[in-house]
Amino acid sequence: MEHISHAKTYWVVWAALMCLMVATVVLSRVPMPGPLNTLIALGIAAAKATLVILFFMHLRYENYTLISVVFVAGLFWLLIFFGLTLVDYASRHVLGVPGH
Amino acid sequence: MATTAVATPVVRENYLNTNYGIKSWLLTTDHKRIAILYLISITLMFFIGGFFATLIRLELLTPQGDLMTADTYNKVFTMHGIVMVFFFLIPSIPATLGNFLIPMMIGAKDLAFPRINLLSWYIYIVSAALMIYVIVNGGVDTGWTFYTPFSTTYSNTNVFLAGIAIFINGFSSILTGLNFIVTLHRMRAPGMTWSRLPLFCWSHYATSVIQVLGTPVIAITLALVAIERLWHIGIFDPKVGGDPVLFQHMFWFYSHPAVYIMILPSMAVMSEIITCFSRKRIFGYAFVALASIGIAVLGFLVWAHHMFVAGISAYAALVFSLLSYFVAVPSAIKVFNWTATMYKGNVSLRTPMLYALGFIGLFTIGGMTGLFLANLGIDPHVTDTYFVVAHFHFIMVGGAVMAYLGGLHFWWPKMTGRMYNELWGKVAAFLIFAGFNLTFLPQFILGYTGMPRRYHAYVPEFQVLNVLSTAGASILALGYLLPLIYFLSSLRNGPIAGDNPWAAQGLEWKTASPPPTFNFEETPVVTWEAYDYEDLPKEVPVVS
Amino acid sequence: MSASTTEAVAQHSLQHHFSTMEQQRESTTLGMWIFLVTEIMFFGGLFTAYLVYRLAHPDVWEYASRHEMEFWLGTINTTILLCSSLTVALSVHAIQLGHRKLCAILLFITVLMGCGFLVVKGFEYHKHYVDGSVPGPWWHMHVERPDGSTMPAPNTYQLFFYLYFVMTGLHALHVTIGIVLLAIIGLWAWQGKYTAEYHNPVHISGLYWHFVDLVWIFLFPLLYLIAGK
Repeated sequence: MEHISHAKTYWVVWAALMCLMVATVVLSRVPMPGPLNTLIALGIAAAKATLVILFFMHLRYENYTLISVVFVAGLFWLLIFFGLTLVDYASRHVLGVPGH
Repeated sequence: MATTAVATPVVRENYLNTNYGIKSWLLTTDHKRIAILYLISITLMFFIGGFFATLIRLELLTPQGDLMTADTYNKVFTMHGIVMVFFFLIPSIPATLGNFLIPMMIGAKDLAFPRINLLSWYIYIVSAALMIYVIVNGGVDTGWTFYTPFSTTYSNTNVFLAGIAIFINGFSSILTGLNFIVTLHRMRAPGMTWSRLPLFCWSHYATSVIQVLGTPVIAITLALVAIERLWHIGIFDPKVGGDPVLFQHMFWFYSHPAVYIMILPSMAVMSEIITCFSRKRIFGYAFVALASIGIAVLGFLVWAHHMFVAGISAYAALVFSLLSYFVAVPSAIKVFNWTATMYKGNVSLRTPMLYALGFIGLFTIGGMTGLFLANLGIDPHVTDTYFVVAHFHFIMVGGAVMAYLGGLHFWWPKMTGRMYNELWGKVAAFLIFAGFNLTFLPQFILGYTGMPRRYHAYVPEFQVLNVLSTAGASILALGYLLPLIYFLSSLRNGPIAGDNPWAAQGLEWKTASPPPTFNFEETPVVTWEAYDYEDLPKEVPVVS
Repeated sequence: MSASTTEAVAQHSLQHHFSTMEQQRESTTLGMWIFLVTEIMFFGGLFTAYLVYRLAHPDVWEYASRHEMEFWLGTINTTILLCSSLTVALSVHAIQLGHRKLCAILLFITVLMGCGFLVVKGFEYHKHYVDGSVPGPWWHMHVERPDGSTMPAPNTYQLFFYLYFVMTGLHALHVTIGIVLLAIIGLWAWQGKYTAEYHNPVHISGLYWHFVDLVWIFLFPLLYLIAGK
């Protein structure tokens, strides 16, 4: 059976999203050492995304296991793409590039 | 005096005769009719790709580039590659046999999304028409790999349109994969648990996962190439700080898993044919099923083994080389399990089994030469030579095409209600096997001794092996023409096949040949394990 | 609508190859989620290129983001999309309870917000065109040196803007598709096609819209909020 959330749930999630958006905008203007700005911004983005996926997209109430696996697989595959590509780019100065 | 009354066969309602007319075919949502539509289109594209292969082998008969100019030769091998990879191999088994059989194997009436299935075929047709237009309009000369900056900046051929055609074609692949995944999750008949599923379905599930995850990446990559062709600005251009090797990363991220899209369905067919013609259950069901998933996952981790000499870092080369060794393991597990299935089985050498045996031998050789290529010491020596060409043709042709033909022969009676001529089937199988080996075995030697690929002229020392290769290709071509003839002929003259002419296991054999439109009179309830050959006849029946 | 009519609508909507409405609903939902995964990989290629080039040219990225991107327009657009996700979620909620007119109205509001997003985007694109930061034949961007003088932007800036235009352009294309989709679904909802028993097309169209929002949630900080040192 399909789960019907309370309308209030959506408003609360929306309020949280607005707060997170304000936070990310404000924090981006605060200089921080190293990659901290970017990491925090991406962390907040991930938090927003999680809220949208779990509540607006109903993942919390759907066939949780199957669809979570599907969605997480998609993200994981993206990370494979990022990660293994970076293995090349991040290490070109380490062992060098054959032929150069 | 005894008279034998010749009974007129009662022609039951089936998916072929349920209604007639071109509209009933072009607007069908029946997965079986869509499979036949794909079968016809894919066969056409196969012969177009084969035409280009013929031109290649004719040019390579002589050391000089005398049949065509170098530029034309570039176009010929490019079109051969593009047509064969995107328009034949990738759709072949899933869109024909997968479409036809998966709903039947799981006891369903159709796929989860029949209209999307039809859309998938129309998208394929549009992309194929566009590619044929590209061919007629002068082709592309970048190689099927579209490497930058040649494809984006320097080529004077129809790169933009070819990229668009493949982009569109990708959606056909994605939608088919999506359809299969949802079907296998949600449409199985009562009692058809995952562990009772035919391995054909497991392999197609793994294929579909690759299609869904990988194809979008080549889509965006070719879209970027197309944009750069239009506006002469792009992210692979060193002038703006771009890196041409990034194109190769993005391209191969899909195109390596693509080769598993091409081989996993062949392995799907193998599991069905070998069990039936050995009269035994599969050895190590769980291992074969999980190996399919393993191939799908590991296949995404190895793409840069196509780029060892392209300018990636030495560290990356090490990592990808190591991962490439791992990906061979699940394939090897499958080969061992098929062989163990045959051991002490009652093996009968009908045409489908001949193709299966050919597959096992040729795929193994192809796979093992892949390990040579994964080796960082050997690869710089043989990369971009005929060694690579031979390696992938052993897998694609000796493996995938033979499995496709084996599957067509195995399920032909189910799809058409007619049996093909077994003698001609065996003749064609032998011709294909012999022709194939004569074509491609010399190419290993050619490559190892230094003949580069994609060259239309070569040093005279290589001529003997090239002539042998072309001779083999002519036998191979004859071998491919024969099934076209006798399959078509069987539609008129072939003996009527019963519901289960091979006495095979599987839900698809429990319904009529050809099947009724909704597959089963009543939804089956499954209470038995897959490949339950113990209770079936010990011999495959002979169909006269 | 009476209970028997809604039941009739539901039964009529059951496609022949499914045994139950539940199976149909679960299948179509799973199908849409898988399609969204393909979209993740589609955009993913562009994010990979972004990642590689930002790591190679961090100063270019930083300058372009701080000086050339309209911070407030990006924030407005983010707000618009987050609110539109709310309206679309509420529209699904409405039809779950059988309020088809409310569902349609909320969908139309979402469509309007989507159009608003595109208007803001168009405004931004125009400003970039005027500033000369559209790569290729229209490029004539200038950057400020630390001492205050200006000079033509080094070519690497074209890389940033190429990615900016392709990523946001592709995103805008998806917003447009979403607008058309939700408009059609909204129209059908208004006409009574969906009921409390049968409304999965509204749900899965909503999923598509939420995905469009998700992509922007990541594009926003990556393009507009790169912090200075």
